[in-house]
Amino acid sequence: MADLKTNFAGIESPNPFWLASGPPTNTYGQVAKAFDQGWGGAVWKTIGEPIINVFSRYGSVDLGQTRMMGFNNIELITDRPTPENLKEIAEVKRNYPKHAVIASLMVESKREAWHQMVKQTQDTGADGIELNFGCPHGMSERGMGSAVGQVPDYTCQIVEWVKEVATIPVIVKLTPNVTDITYIARAAVKGGADALSLINTINSIVGVDLSTFEPQPSVAGKSSHGGYCGPAVKPIALHLVSAVAADASVKIPISGIGGIASWRDAAEFIALGAGSVQVCTAVMHYGFRIVEDLIDGLSNWMDERGHRTLADVRGRALPRVAKWEDLDLNYHLLAHIDQDKCIKCELCWTACEDGAHQAIRRLPRNNGGGGPGGPVVEIIEEACVGCNLCAAVCPVQDCITMERVPNDYPAVSWKDYAAGKGQLAPRSSEFHTARGAPRRK
Amino acid sequence: MAARLSDEQLARNFADIAPPLTNDAALLEANTCLFCHDAPCTIACPTHIDVPAFIKKIASGNLRGSARVILDVNPFGHSCARACPVDVLCEGACVLNDRDEQPIKIALLQRHATDYVLEKKLKLFEPGKRTGKRVAIVGAGPAGLACARDLRRHGHEVTVFESQSQPGGLNTYGIAEYKLKADVALAEAQDILDLGVELRVGITIGRDIPFEKLLTEYDAVFVGVGLGSTKQLGIPGEDLPGVIDALTFIEHLKTHPYRETPVGRQVVVIGAGNTAIDAVTQAKRLGAASATIVYRRGEADMPCYHYEYELAKRDGCGFRFNAAPQRVLGNGAVAGLEVRTTSGTETIPCDMVIVAIGQGARTELSWPKNHPKVFSGGDCANGGAEIVNAAAEGVAAAKQIHQRLTNG
Repeated sequence: MADLKTNFAGIESPNPFWLASGPPTNTYGQVAKAFDQGWGGAVWKTIGEPIINVFSRYGSVDLGQTRMMGFNNIELITDRPTPENLKEIAEVKRNYPKHAVIASLMVESKREAWHQMVKQTQDTGADGIELNFGCPHGMSERGMGSAVGQVPDYTCQIVEWVKEVATIPVIVKLTPNVTDITYIARAAVKGGADALSLINTINSIVGVDLSTFEPQPSVAGKSSHGGYCGPAVKPIALHLVSAVAADASVKIPISGIGGIASWRDAAEFIALGAGSVQVCTAVMHYGFRIVEDLIDGLSNWMDERGHRTLADVRGRALPRVAKWEDLDLNYHLLAHIDQDKCIKCELCWTACEDGAHQAIRRLPRNNGGGGPGGPVVEIIEEACVGCNLCAAVCPVQDCITMERVPNDYPAVSWKDYAAGKGQLAPRSSEFHTARGAPRRK
Repeated sequence: MAARLSDEQLARNFADIAPPLTNDAALLEANTCLFCHDAPCTIACPTHIDVPAFIKKIASGNLRGSARVILDVNPFGHSCARACPVDVLCEGACVLNDRDEQPIKIALLQRHATDYVLEKKLKLFEPGKRTGKRVAIVGAGPAGLACARDLRRHGHEVTVFESQSQPGGLNTYGIAEYKLKADVALAEAQDILDLGVELRVGITIGRDIPFEKLLTEYDAVFVGVGLGSTKQLGIPGEDLPGVIDALTFIEHLKTHPYRETPVGRQVVVIGAGNTAIDAVTQAKRLGAASATIVYRRGEADMPCYHYEYELAKRDGCGFRFNAAPQRVLGNGAVAGLEVRTTSGTETIPCDMVIVAIGQGARTELSWPKNHPKVFSGGDCANGGAEIVNAAAEGVAAAKQIHQRLTNG
């Protein structure tokens, strides 16, 4: 069985699955229950000067019948007094010595305030500190959260203050609400951060009630932009994790966060360089019990693929993240329809015809392609640019596949080609759809 | 006579066999629809309802728009949602049969959308600008009223003659109670009449008014009179009390409180078409101890839909195949049915015989088939089919009539 033991910047946990700082890590009872069910670590709900929350805090984006495809919140940091939180952190750590317990902190941007908070926190026996420089709502209006994390100098400055007194690893949690996250990551490294975690939530308004025109979530008729998370943000998080992981000047561990709901999601984050992963929305949706399949699925997959430890997986996809200009222009694909699997919905046709490259031919339903039961769509090979759209819309697994069209030309990137090096393999003249499409009809 | 069932039991027995979807169930189903292009369900529908379009409108929360997509091309969208043989039409054609091994519940979704407009009493259509042209329609069944609806939308004046006291034709009087109730059929008809259709009930054209009079007084005539009464068996004993034709039996059931429709203890239904199934299941549901189809040919020859056969079996109805009725036995009341089987003559004990061997043509009315002013549709023209066929033919005729009246 695969070894899921994790050592993240010196913080050890039985597996890479940590609860992200948020509502699920608000109390001793929750965190203890989560550890009992298998979670490897927990980042405590952000501690700071207690705040007062509004009523109605969360907004959801449903997709068809899928609830909470996207999720947002205008909840602030903990509303519990600091001594209470610290007492419970100490208690958890005492009762669960092998689990990772990390305190998320957010205080005023004053050196003394940070020093005092960090010292108190260390007294609990916590394994690490996460600096919340990411929350985009509420706290940022008070000069905290993303107000810090959006300015490299502020980020660096506060990390320096924290590191002046810190005796345990310091993780800096980054906001995605910036133009280039690597600038902030580098600033955190410059300040002395031991690790990074990303992403925090994304600025968002999840919707508008069309009967009242209240944005959601509504508080007495008004709303405020909130932090967006859930499965919808995973692709954004994967990109930002990979961007930071690939940055040569960032050589510290990264804890991946953003829409992780299954072991597959987690494996993807790890493959793009994450040393641990953090989960919040999926637990808010389905409860702590989801960790069972996170662990089981990940370790079964690792066993099947022959990966013994997480180190065997970590960063494996990173070398494959390239600049566009380095991609091979002579790699040609063609869509292929498995007519035995086709259920004849013609979604590929309508997508390709209206939304892409007019490279699918439609045959009459009842008398085309060999009578009733015959095919209703076929690829116009000379027009297919291998874009993937038909495969993406096809509702039947493995019905449309993208197949390699071999050629004798060596790989050539745009960078080389633009520099006059290499040769393009010939391409069909029918690719020029504005000219080609009417003739094909 | 059968033991009387309680009113509550009867109400349960005749409750909708396909109850409406909840909002959540409708959304789940609507979101499962793939939104096919050139969709096979739409092709399969005789009225070519744009099924993916109306289903996506349910998913988007636009129920009014959804119902309009349906009713625009099929004025009988309410009754079709309940009584259409969807297994052999839209749902049978659904591509998901090949992926999920079950189709989208198109009929129930159609009911979900159309119930909304009935409930909210929404008026989706308006009469067109007055043309001054007048059309007579004979028969207020689905064909006639579908034709009337579209003619009114074109602005023509329409008078419908109906021999029964209520509009709707077989929708009101002849569809199995557990599929379609008369109040829905009447509400659907009323919606059409509300467009300004003049309805004259209790008038039989060909008896009370000569057909030729319509030809002289109207610019066009549409005939949608349906079929005539059930055919005779032509065997001795057919006149005994306790022998009843299926349509009369069903009409009685649909126009009276359930407990007022007489049903035997041991009922035999002769015939194996869809009407025979309606009769045998409803006899059972009224409380008959046994209700048996007697059919002169074999199981594979039954003209009823397969799912109707399955329904009758689920209802506990019996089937006697290859049994040709020879005579009804009894003295002043039915005591049995003598049948000829492959092994000789046999008597099936029974106290009620329901005859369901198909309807004959109308005898009181004939109309010129090639007259430029005369159009027809529905059972009288197609020999007997579904509501959806009648609706499609009525709509098609309205289009032809409109063309004739505006270009001719």
